[in-house]
Amino acid sequence: MSEQVLLKNIDNPSAHRIETYEASGGYQGLRTVLRNFAPDEVIEEVKSANLRGRGGAGFPTGLKWSFVPKDSPLPRYLCCNADEGEPGTFKDRILMERDPHQLIEGMIIAAYAIGCRTAYLYIRGEYGLSIEHCQQAIDEAHALGYLGPNILDSEHSLEIHIHKGAGAYICGEETALLESIEGRRGQPKLKPPFPAVAGLYECPTVVNNVETLACLPHLFSRGGEWFASIGPDHSPGPKLFCISGQVKRPGVYELPMGRTLGEMLEDYGGGALTGQFKAGIPGGVSAPMFPRSEFDIKMDFASLAEAGSMLGSAGIIGLDETASIPQVARRVTEFFNHESCGKCTPCREGLTWAAKILRRIEAGRGQRGDVEQLEMLCGGIFGKSFCALGDGAAWALGAALKHFRHEFDALIIPQSKAG
Amino acid sequence: MSDTRSLDEIKSDLAERVEQIMTRYPTARSAIMPSLDLAQQEYGSVDELTYRAIAELLDVPEIWVFEVASFYSLYDRSKMGRHHIRLCTNLPCMLRGAEALMQHLQQRLEVEPGETTSDGSFTLSAVECLGACEVAPVLMAHAQYHGDLTVEKLDALLATFAAQPAEEMS
Ligand SMILES: Cc1cc2nc3c(=O)[nH]c(=O)nc-3n(C[C@H](O)[C@H](O)[C@H](O)COP(=O)(O)O)c2cc1C
Ligand code: SF4
Ligand code: FES
Repeated sequence: MSEQVLLKNIDNPSAHRIETYEASGGYQGLRTVLRNFAPDEVIEEVKSANLRGRGGAGFPTGLKWSFVPKDSPLPRYLCCNADEGEPGTFKDRILMERDPHQLIEGMIIAAYAIGCRTAYLYIRGEYGLSIEHCQQAIDEAHALGYLGPNILDSEHSLEIHIHKGAGAYICGEETALLESIEGRRGQPKLKPPFPAVAGLYECPTVVNNVETLACLPHLFSRGGEWFASIGPDHSPGPKLFCISGQVKRPGVYELPMGRTLGEMLEDYGGGALTGQFKAGIPGGVSAPMFPRSEFDIKMDFASLAEAGSMLGSAGIIGLDETASIPQVARRVTEFFNHESCGKCTPCREGLTWAAKILRRIEAGRGQRGDVEQLEMLCGGIFGKSFCALGDGAAWALGAALKHFRHEFDALIIPQSKAG
Repeated sequence: MSDTRSLDEIKSDLAERVEQIMTRYPTARSAIMPSLDLAQQEYGSVDELTYRAIAELLDVPEIWVFEVASFYSLYDRSKMGRHHIRLCTNLPCMLRGAEALMQHLQQRLEVEPGETTSDGSFTLSAVECLGACEVAPVLMAHAQYHGDLTVEKLDALLATFAAQPAEEMS
């Protein structure tokens, strides 16, 4: 097993308490930052460590921070995205429930880098224990002078407030998340302007994922060079993978990036529940699936993107030989349809239509032409949606149709008239 | 339930805590979600009177409050059963038997997803991924997760719920 960094204390039942965290080196990264780094130097260190965002897109974190204008008179905001709604993903919940000080320390470091004095932690409403433990961590950090005015006698001051989500997957999309904190419906906004320039309350804002921020204390207590030395050059650092579905050992696993999908499912997931795997989804249901013949794909940002999928939320879902791909496609499409915010037509109408066809196919009442109709719908949604929800839906469905066309065809009534 | 409280009573129930919530944000509008959450915890669900009370406390248009209440699925705009069972039916749970569990619940409770039993004791909902797929299939009830579900575990849970009033559960 490789070194456990983010999950080091995960089995310690008191890991969420500040005494435990400090005793295992916690808040040393922050001390190092405040003692030795100017804000700009923090950004440079994160850039050279090549930390890439763990929320879905893999965007370089230091680069994102550097877009925050230095000369703006406006307040700057940091928002942590803990909306975690991508099916197959539960790593952020585990971090927040079991070892939340990593996140709080990471937020303090990120806020220092961008000059932010008020930060929001947006946690999905279902995560009761995460909310409780993060609030406790914030209170504990306050009591010891890691939060509040003049942190550890420095010039840096910060308050962190938890904003509780209320059951809307789309609020994980960063502009929708900011709308939601502003007290509106969670609907994505046009970019540009990017949040770094005009985000929360029209002020410069950085949105980062829980795991991204939780990497920072380690990056600074052990150095950017150490961080960059883990895993492949282009996708370095400790990484959490969620393994679920038809596997023998579902759970969260910490590994460097670059293992193959097959290794993840067989060696860590413990193999298929029944017989062999048929397919695997690498990064939450938005990420196009791979058939078993392509299980040698490497699990890192670049390799997956090149192969027409994505690391996404690193939610790996195993589908064994008992899985019906048309059923899988139906359920995933229904999810996206249900969570569509309704703002743009391709996503709102296209997904309703696709779900209807998929229900008919699954029930064995598919009409000739239905599969072609679905392909056409994918083409009409992908690249034409306002945000990545619609794109992801079409992308995922497209891969199911491409790799398992025969399973769909088998459910079409041959003598039916072309649809 | 808020239907037993007048507008002024609701306002005075919530005023101090809403005031406190407002200090966390630069705009009153941002306090709408946490205020709705507060009201729901207090009264079990939210309704017209709650929207008006919150709007008046925050000094924002009532439509802003309604817009938010109707967009987010965790705000209950009608009275729920004493025990609200939210069974996850998303892919990882489905792959581990959630559909059969849903069928079982529908038969046991004699309701469809989205409905409440006629005696008002249970509401059954099918929900999207709860972010706990490592213990799929999973459900949420009284703000707690119950994972690695089987038909036997479900029956045991239903029995525990039926035996206890909702207030003692959360
Ligand atoms: C529909 C949709 C849902 C998303 N859900 C999440 C989420 O739950 N958590 C998250 O961190 N990022 C989510 N993202 C990505 C965010 O928009 C954003 O890229 C991310 O929070 C940036 O953080 P990072 O740079 O640290 O990865 C989602 C994006 C889309 C389009
Ligand atoms: S793609 Fe879907 S979720 Fe995104 S803005 Fe359009 S309707 Fe809303
Ligand atoms: S799919 Fe049920 S908890 Fe994730």
